[in-house]
Amino acid sequence: MNRICSLHDAVADLVGDGDTIAMEGFTHLIPHAAGHEIIRQGRRNLHLVRMTPDMIYDQLIGAGCATKLTFSWGGNPGVGSLQRFRDAVENQWPHPIEIEEHSHAGMATRYAAGAANLPFGILRGYVGTGLSEHTSTIAQIECPFTGESLTAVPALRPDVAIIHAQRADREGNVQMWGLTGVQKEAVLAAKRSIVTVEEIVDHIEPVPYAVVLPWWTVSAVCEVPDGAHPSFAMGYSVRDNAFYKAWDAVSKDRGSFTAWIEQHVLGTTNHEEFRRSVGLEVPANV
Amino acid sequence: MSDASYTTDELMIVNAARQLGALAAAGRPVCFVGIGLPSTAANLARRLYSPAPVLVYESGCIGSKPTRLPLSIGDGELGETADAVVSVPEIFAYWLQAGRIDVGFLGGAQLDKYANINSTVIGDYEHPSTRLPGAGGAPEIAASAGAVMVIMRQSKRAFVERCDFRSSVGYGDGPGDRERFGLQGGGPKWVITDLGVLEPDSVTCELTMVALHPGITREQACASTGWSLQFADDVRTTAPPSAEELDVLRILQAA
Repeated sequence: MNRICSLHDAVADLVGDGDTIAMEGFTHLIPHAAGHEIIRQGRRNLHLVRMTPDMIYDQLIGAGCATKLTFSWGGNPGVGSLQRFRDAVENQWPHPIEIEEHSHAGMATRYAAGAANLPFGILRGYVGTGLSEHTSTIAQIECPFTGESLTAVPALRPDVAIIHAQRADREGNVQMWGLTGVQKEAVLAAKRSIVTVEEIVDHIEPVPYAVVLPWWTVSAVCEVPDGAHPSFAMGYSVRDNAFYKAWDAVSKDRGSFTAWIEQHVLGTTNHEEFRRSVGLEVPANV
Repeated sequence: MSDASYTTDELMIVNAARQLGALAAAGRPVCFVGIGLPSTAANLARRLYSPAPVLVYESGCIGSKPTRLPLSIGDGELGETADAVVSVPEIFAYWLQAGRIDVGFLGGAQLDKYANINSTVIGDYEHPSTRLPGAGGAPEIAASAGAVMVIMRQSKRAFVERCDFRSSVGYGDGPGDRERFGLQGGGPKWVITDLGVLEPDSVTCELTMVALHPGITREQACASTGWSLQFADDVRTTAPPSAEELDVLRILQAA
């Protein structure tokens, strides 16, 4: 497979049933188009990992792709509940889902440990909370130098990390800027990675505070303009807050959710068609 | 309170903003802000007070100066107006855990008399009647921020004797627990509600009503609390939101 390829080919080649998948993006640069492609290709029994399983994982969970979720906050930011996630946990619909629950700081520490090829990471956290009682991947250790009690959490080593970035060059070097969340750590912690980008350019111009992932750290780069929608890519798009608000009504009901997925995701073959289907303008550079 | 020219949300926001203004004046300006009422209160305080609070968002934004209220903690505006933007592992490790945050904000579905908070489940963890979003950044904000401010509506359902799940730790089961747990931050110092303000008792750590909003009675406060509510010796009445506070807040919310 060429490093630069279609999103269809990247998911077909790199994402398998039963894989542990980390799709990251902290509000900014969430790889929604890639999530849709996983639903389209009918992946099953996925272990989904994500700090904030918002709309993107609500869709994957409701579409029946996941049997386990590792996370720290599952809501629709600024709107409310994540309806499909709740239905899966409370009512086992469309099937039961196992959860492994952490805090943001713990998840960030776990990714950083994975990126550094360490078996676990250390933080001051969780002590006295119910999470320590219910989550088996939280343990106390003693500092060998001071004797202080600290919390250990195991490294996250996903099979595949999937992120969205602003751009890449033709070799596959990836550049992203603005809020870059935990994406660098997720990619470096994972065995394989897919990066969707707003555009592929001949030469990457430097941008202040940009994160660059060299081509040899990335398995596949796919040009998917507006592939983060309704999340956004700084410099290319703004967050579609109305879409997040509208999701609440679509996802509240199993029937309206299923109809939405069938019409707009399963009924389309790629992100360009998806955008037309939901009534969004297709970007000029498609 | 029915004739008030302001909403209960506005009342809570204004009182939280005043407390932040006082902290900034005392040289403790750095706030770790969540979305919703805390973000609104912090942004209001930034417009009303000098020195202004410094806003830090868990998405990695340090020193954000948004011109309008964000819907999410990762709205573009927060990054574009920040003094620095850092990664998520960094914001939690170098900034929050390291003790560089003066005030953290928390809210939740349940708060108990020792200011522990539940934002995880109602009912049993394995078989919840309501699955809530989860802890997110709260456990380490509660553990490491210099002080914590809680903003929540006061009701028997939300202000409970004991939380169904302890997502973040206030004073645990009472005096000495924070020290036993090795928590480095100061813990919850103020709970701003639609009825008034609660603070932990200096001896028992139990949340105690120290102020009531104009027109609110002790009976109302007791009827809206799931434990046997205690009152401070000198319960204050908060000043009603001023015309200036309300003007600035409404302009901010309309932007």
